Parts: sequence; structure tokens; C-alpha cells
Amino acid sequence: MSWINLSALWKIVVFGLLAGAGLPAIFAMGLYSLSRGPRVQTAGGSDSDGLVGGSVVGMAVSALCFLVVLAAIGWGIYEVYKIGHPAPAK
Amino acid sequence: MSNTFVLVLVVITALGFDFTNGFHDTGNAMATSIATKALSPRVAVGVSGILNLVGAFLSLAVAATIASGLVDTKLVTLTVVAAGLAGGITWNLVTWLFGIPSSSSHALIGGVIGATLAAAGGHAVKWHGLVSKVVLPAVLSPVIAALVAATGTWLLYRISRSLTEAARGHGFRIGQIGSACMVSLAHGTNDAQKTMGVITLALIANKTVAAGSNAPFWVILSCALAISIGTYLGGWRVIRTLGKGLVEIEAPQGMAAESASAAVILLSSSFGYSLSTTHVATGSIIGTGLGKRGAEVRWNVAGRMATAWVFTLPSAALVGAGAYGLADVIGGTLGVVIDLIILLAVAAFIYWRSRGSKVDPNNVNDEWTGSVAPAEPQPAAA
Repeated sequence: MSWINLSALWKIVVFGLLAGAGLPAIFAMGLYSLSRGPRVQTAGGSDSDGLVGGSVVGMAVSALCFLVVLAAIGWGIYEVYKIGHPAPAK
Repeated sequence: MSNTFVLVLVVITALGFDFTNGFHDTGNAMATSIATKALSPRVAVGVSGILNLVGAFLSLAVAATIASGLVDTKLVTLTVVAAGLAGGITWNLVTWLFGIPSSSSHALIGGVIGATLAAAGGHAVKWHGLVSKVVLPAVLSPVIAALVAATGTWLLYRISRSLTEAARGHGFRIGQIGSACMVSLAHGTNDAQKTMGVITLALIANKTVAAGSNAPFWVILSCALAISIGTYLGGWRVIRTLGKGLVEIEAPQGMAAESASAAVILLSSSFGYSLSTTHVATGSIIGTGLGKRGAEVRWNVAGRMATAWVFTLPSAALVGAGAYGLADVIGGTLGVVIDLIILLAVAAFIYWRSRGSKVDPNNVNDEWTGSVAPAEPQPAAA
């Protein structure tokens, strides 16, 4: 009869940091890689905000980052589904 | 016969609560996206509604906590559940009127506990379950969310500091849409569950299903629909307070706040903690203000919210207890019916009051001037 479930607490903090701060950070790295390249800071045109830098390596790295984020989200949702549907208690 | 009639009334009231839960909480997911204009207000509430529907099916752990972890199901009657719901809905509507993002979950739990106390006394409440699964998570979750959001905000600005202002805004607005969607999904896994739990509690009280049962499918479906329709209609008043009132938010902050909220809510749902998505979202938004140098957190707005949070459980409990007392004095089916008629009258009154200072998709993003309803000088709404 403990009032506080410490094992759940540390899991929520650690996984919360990994998923809640880590994944957005990987996304940010993706944006950073995407912006590298020859087209950096050109002005004018429809895509003028410099989001896509045009470097092939940069784009490949950013694609990898975005894939990692998506995969982690998918896996997370699957885990939640699995935990959230236990066999009915008897 | 009359039992079935009361049961139907209770289920309808519970779905009504779920509906208020939806529109009270749209802001938790979408306020920051609307504030940074990542999504138009209409699209935001539409997407959020659909994802709440999906989320409601995703995890059933919290429904189990509500149905059997808080009060002794053997001592709960339909009248208790009806009175509890009356307490929850009343508090939800009052806080919505003032644009305070208080916890729908605590309103509901407070109402049910108040009614149980009035009906059967202190021994009918599982105090240990209440403290360990509701009160402590309520205190800890905003702090954890703020920590995660502050860390995320700091990381995002650090990593993206070489990007131009425009590129950063563009990129993170896309990320923000994704993270806001996750919050809506998480909201379904936590908040839609609460009404499922309560309806299951009513079914147990009526001996329609055995104690310890999971929510039947029709309960899951109707709750999922009620919360998603409520979400779609959008609680613009609360959206405004969260998106504009607390911190002025940029896209990277919005993404950090929402990712933190989504992660904390989903993790807690999995452990069966019925935490308040509202408290988490607010904690995250404050955290994102702390994580960015030069950002200003409006602590007076935060303080007003925290005060409302402290009062949520006891206030809803008082209304719940009062509603039970009234229904008990009148007695039987008539008592429940009169309770619900009064509830409808209160709801109509609050709706009428809200027309006086309207917040809608058109003015939700207006400059924050210290009050919920923008621009026009409004009569001193205390």
C-alpha cells in the first residue's frame, strides 16, 4: 500500500523526457540538416524561407531523422494499445 | 422499469458530461497551434475531434480506474452517479464561462466522491486509490510536463539556432501539427475513458454488468462520439486563455509543449492514472515559457488557474453532495429527474451569460488584454 508508485514515476519522467523532448529534438535536427546546402539564405521565390537548403546529404539525414520520429510515434502508440487492452480481469 | 428509466437518464447525463469535457479541453491540444496559426481554428478542432475518437479506443486502463478504483461499487446507486455527474458538469460549465482551463477529470471525480460521501459516508470512498491515482498525479504531472517542455524548448532553440527565423517558423509549424495531433489522441486515451468508467459504474450499480467488468462496446463508442463532437464545437474561451493568456508562444515552443503533454499523458494513461490533461497541458505551456530565454510567463494567469485547480475537487464534491441530498429528500426517480432539471437550468443560464462576452473562431487570437473576451469593454464579470 504505497502512496506513490515510484517505479511508474521514474518511468514517466524518463520516457517522458525521451519521447516528449528527445523526439522533437530529433525533428529539429532533421530541420537543421534540411536547411544545409547551397540554397542557404537565398531570397525571393516561392520557397524563400530557406527551409530546404538543397544539399543531398542534408536531405538524406533529415529524411532519416523524420523517419525515426515517425517510427518512434508508431511504436509508442502500439505499446499504449497493447498495455491498454488487458484481458478482462476475472 | 423505473430503474431502467433512471439508468437511461444517467447515461445521457454522463454523455452530456463527456461532451462538456470535449469542448472544455479542445484547448489542451489545439490552443498553441491556433495561437501560432499552424492550423486554422476550424481545421484544428475538426482534426482534434477525429483523433479524440480514435484515442478513446486506444487504451482502456483509465476507465478501469474510475469504474472500480475510487469508490466501493457495492455502495454506489444510480442516484449517486447522477448527482456526481451534476457536480462535474456544473463545475465544468462555470470554469468554462470564466475561461479557466480547470480539470474536467477532477470535476467528475469530485462530483462522484461528493455524492458517494453524502450517500454512504467516508468508508465508501477508497481514499488510498483517490490519493495515489488522482491527487498525487494531479500535483506531480504538471511539474513533470513543465520539466519535459522546458528541456524540449531549450533543445529545439539550441539545435535550430542557425536557421533563419522564417525557416524555423515554417518547419516547426509542421512539427507542431504532428505533436498537437498526438495530444488529441492522448486526450482520448485519458479523458474519454473517464465517462466510460462512470457509465460502467452506473451499469454496475444497476447490476446490468458484474462488478469489475470492462466497459461494454456501446459505452466505448458513445463516449468516443460524445467527446469528439464536444471537441469539434471547441471551447474557444479556454483555447484563448491557454494560447494567448499564459505565454506568448512561437512555433518551436508550441511543438515542445505539445510533445511534452502528449508523452506525459500517454505514459500516464498506460499506468491507469487518471490525470488531468488540462493540468499537463498547462504545465507544458508554462515549461516552454521557462525554457526560452526572454519569454515571459504570466504568473498571475497561472496563479488564477492553480487556484481553480485546488478548488475543483471540493467544489464539484459539494455540488455532487448537494445534488444527492436533494434527490434523496425528494426520493426515487422524481429526485433524480428534479436534479437533472436543475442541472439543465444552470447550464442554460451559463450559456446565456456566455453570450454576453462571446469568444469564437474569429476573435480567439486577438491580443491578450487581461480578460477572456477580447476587445469590447465587458461588464465586471467576477
